[in-house]
Amino acid sequence: MQNDTGITVLIPTPLRRFTDGNAKVTVVGSSVAEVLNALESTHPGIGERLRDDSGQLRRFVNVFVNGQNVRDGDGVDTRLSAGDEVGIIPAMAGGTSV
Amino acid sequence: MKTGGSPEAATEHFRLPTEMRAAIIAHAVREAPRECCGIIAGRHGLPMRLYETRNVAVGNRFYEIDPAQLIDLEFRELPEQETEIVAIYHSHPESPAYPSATDVELAFWPDAVFLICSLADRDRPEIRGFRIRDGAIDEVALAL
Repeated sequence: MQNDTGITVLIPTPLRRFTDGNAKVTVVGSSVAEVLNALESTHPGIGERLRDDSGQLRRFVNVFVNGQNVRDGDGVDTRLSAGDEVGIIPAMAGGTSV
Repeated sequence: MKTGGSPEAATEHFRLPTEMRAAIIAHAVREAPRECCGIIAGRHGLPMRLYETRNVAVGNRFYEIDPAQLIDLEFRELPEQETEIVAIYHSHPESPAYPSATDVELAFWPDAVFLICSLADRDRPEIRGFRIRDGAIDEVALAL
């Protein structure tokens, strides 16, 4: 039953208030979008931090699958297989006043 | 002239050892006119190790820590060291050591102290610390 095997999602410190402090969450999904949907259903509120109204990743949120930034590939449509590891990381960014 | 609240009014303190202060200034000078950036890892808010990071932002007026480096730190290196991110630093090569509107807008790590190193006066670099939470800026007094 490998198809139903969970995907490990790594939760960054600022978002652990949505996961009872847990750094890892296991959900089921065959794409990044499905995994993020599953994450939102089990941990309400986390989804809007990650995606905009159109379902795309927010500009200052990055998602890595097995160490690869999904922005360099298929984005939230990136396919996942059993045992894949999805890491979520908000940007550390800023700038000088214009 | 300082902008915003004075350190004397700060209700929180952050210990920034002399060697880390020197390392941040050296990094800022080396990267100028670009902004430098990095993190300080520690335990219980106490700094233990400084990590310089790559700034992947375009131009001289922004910084963004390389997300690939950040994800490795957050999920591998720091857990292995049993540490966590206690501070984030970046430089303002030509402006005061005070959070910009962009710094506030993009403050996604509320548990970390924000350290800003100003090189506006090259002869007297200045580092100040802040909490940025929900758009509010509170000065954090820096101690040795």
